[in-house]
Amino acid sequence: MSNEKQVDSGRRGLLVATCAAGGVAGLATTGVLVSTFQPSERAKAAGAPVEVDIAGMAPGEQRTVEWRGKPVWIVKRTPEQVAALKTHDGELADPESQRTQFSTTPEYAMNEWRSRHKDILVLVGICPHLGCSPSSKFQAGPQPSLPDDWQGGFLCPCHGSTFDLAGRVYKNKPSPDNLQVPPYMFEGDTKLVIGKDEKGEAKA
Amino acid sequence: MSFQEKQLPADASVGDKALNWIDARFPLSSTWKAHLSEYYAPKNFNFLYVFGSLALLVLVIQIVTGIFLVMHYKPDANLAFASVEYIMRDVPWGWLVRYMHSTGASAFFIVVYIHMLRGLLYGSYRKPRELVWLFGVGIFLCLMAEAFFGYLLPWGQMSYWGAQVIVNLFGAIPFIGPDLSLWIRGDYVVSDATLNRFFAFHVIAIPLVLIGLVVAHIVALHEVGSSNPDGIEIKNTVDDKGIPLDGIPFHPYYSVHDIFIVTIFLLIFTAVVFFAPEMGGYFLEYNNFIPANPLKTPPHIAPVWYFTPFYSILRATTSDFVYWLEAGVVAYVALIILRTRLASKCKIAAAIIGLLVIVGMYLLDAKFWGVVLMGVSVMIMFGLPWLDSSPVKSIRYRPGWHKYIYLVFGIAFIVLGYLGVQPPTPTGTAIAQFCTFLYFGFFLLMPWWSAMGTFKPVPDRVVFHPH
Repeated sequence: MSNEKQVDSGRRGLLVATCAAGGVAGLATTGVLVSTFQPSERAKAAGAPVEVDIAGMAPGEQRTVEWRGKPVWIVKRTPEQVAALKTHDGELADPESQRTQFSTTPEYAMNEWRSRHKDILVLVGICPHLGCSPSSKFQAGPQPSLPDDWQGGFLCPCHGSTFDLAGRVYKNKPSPDNLQVPPYMFEGDTKLVIGKDEKGEAKA
Repeated sequence: MSFQEKQLPADASVGDKALNWIDARFPLSSTWKAHLSEYYAPKNFNFLYVFGSLALLVLVIQIVTGIFLVMHYKPDANLAFASVEYIMRDVPWGWLVRYMHSTGASAFFIVVYIHMLRGLLYGSYRKPRELVWLFGVGIFLCLMAEAFFGYLLPWGQMSYWGAQVIVNLFGAIPFIGPDLSLWIRGDYVVSDATLNRFFAFHVIAIPLVLIGLVVAHIVALHEVGSSNPDGIEIKNTVDDKGIPLDGIPFHPYYSVHDIFIVTIFLLIFTAVVFFAPEMGGYFLEYNNFIPANPLKTPPHIAPVWYFTPFYSILRATTSDFVYWLEAGVVAYVALIILRTRLASKCKIAAAIIGLLVIVGMYLLDAKFWGVVLMGVSVMIMFGLPWLDSSPVKSIRYRPGWHKYIYLVFGIAFIVLGYLGVQPPTPTGTAIAQFCTFLYFGFFLLMPWWSAMGTFKPVPDRVVFHPH
């Protein structure tokens, strides 16, 4: 065992090179395995815009369509419901929809009723808190889990966030943000396209 | 050194020869001796010390029943729900295997919670058993992951929305959150891709890690030796052969003892499997008998009972509560600076971290801090060996009022668990917020309270009354 102290620098260099090459190969393989977790091409392709015919929707009616696997609500609000939107700005966390952390409200929905047409509300029915789908509570007045001066809106059953009929969240609720308004546009009077507007299709 | 086999007399039995042949090639007898027949455990173990063995039994039940379930289950979003119903209705005795697995999940947590309580009461995590405790908390984390991944597999409403909520927890992390939850799901919502990867984690990835940790837990325990209700090191008093005077061989003394308790455990376990497998909606939730519907959240969703204490802490963190948390952080940093003898570097670090947290609480949403608090509520258990500074291990020799602290902590934990299964109400949230303070106070203030009071003298030998 007398050769222990003598380091053969050529062999040491090869040892370092082998470790480096092995490390690179290991990292690259890890990268491949991590990448397999990303949405597949098929999942991405399934994100195409959805067309909905809203002819014949009665005031107060709600329809749910699927877009990218998520529920999208279309609500035809009554004139009274639209009028009530102005009355409770003080109770809302973000009445002007200024926050952009969860989603950016499209320009055409940056108004009091958060929609292109005053009566037709289009929202992604997923709570910004943890992704549950809120329930519709359009009936005004006192009822379980809701305040006594309830004016109609949505209640998330998971953690109790409440939203008004423009999808705006009330103050001091688990959800920090308003419900998302997806990009949408009208083609004609009664055909609604969800997931696409003048600027093109929604990003992933 | 050349290979040498022990020479047996010519008339040795075939069995002895076979064992001798193996022992020369594999440490069979020596392992048996080291871990069973010559592993000396304290003779004063009480009833609470059986839950380690029971946890091992439940692990075996889960692995065996799990293997047979995988033979019939289909990890496909279109087929999963029906394949579970197929197991329940058409596979001969399939219902029994599935109920054993689902009841086993809850039984696992009951057994493990009692096992952890035992450790807490008798200071089993104290020096030199820190690694035993750390491996144990690792096992607990694996169990939580196992339970979470497994819960998605039946593809019922609760499976689906439970997974949706938990995966979205990661979305609360600033900057990378939304992309991270997208990466975990592999789709824009919980979908077939999510089900397949959760299946892989549930049946192979996590069990491998779990079994490795269980082996490490037991090896570390047997290296230092078991503690006991008196918290006395039995290795300090040994006979002339080096065997602890207060120790008895694990086998046959504790193996027989544990097998007796196993019969009682199995009596209760099978009673639940046969007569109350759903346990009134606590072991199997009613909403999970409805197939997953991505467009409709059930009116009331709650995790399974064993997650609810931590879930309550998540839910209690509203934007108003963040102000209380800020006050708590300020008070705690002040306590560290004024009432510890840490080096000034540590105190400055504490002040800076406290300041960053408070700034973070202003800048980031309450949602993020809820996720952080929930994570910390589990992770804080890793710190227990270093938080406890009492001069004795066991609660038996602590000041009497320490028992009330444990009692208050226990009540806070149970109240949090109860509130977690209930729909959120303003009063419930306020109580959960109070209990959240109690929960964290118990751990974070432990360096102070655990050293206070008059401790009783610890005897040299364990307290044991022959029966």
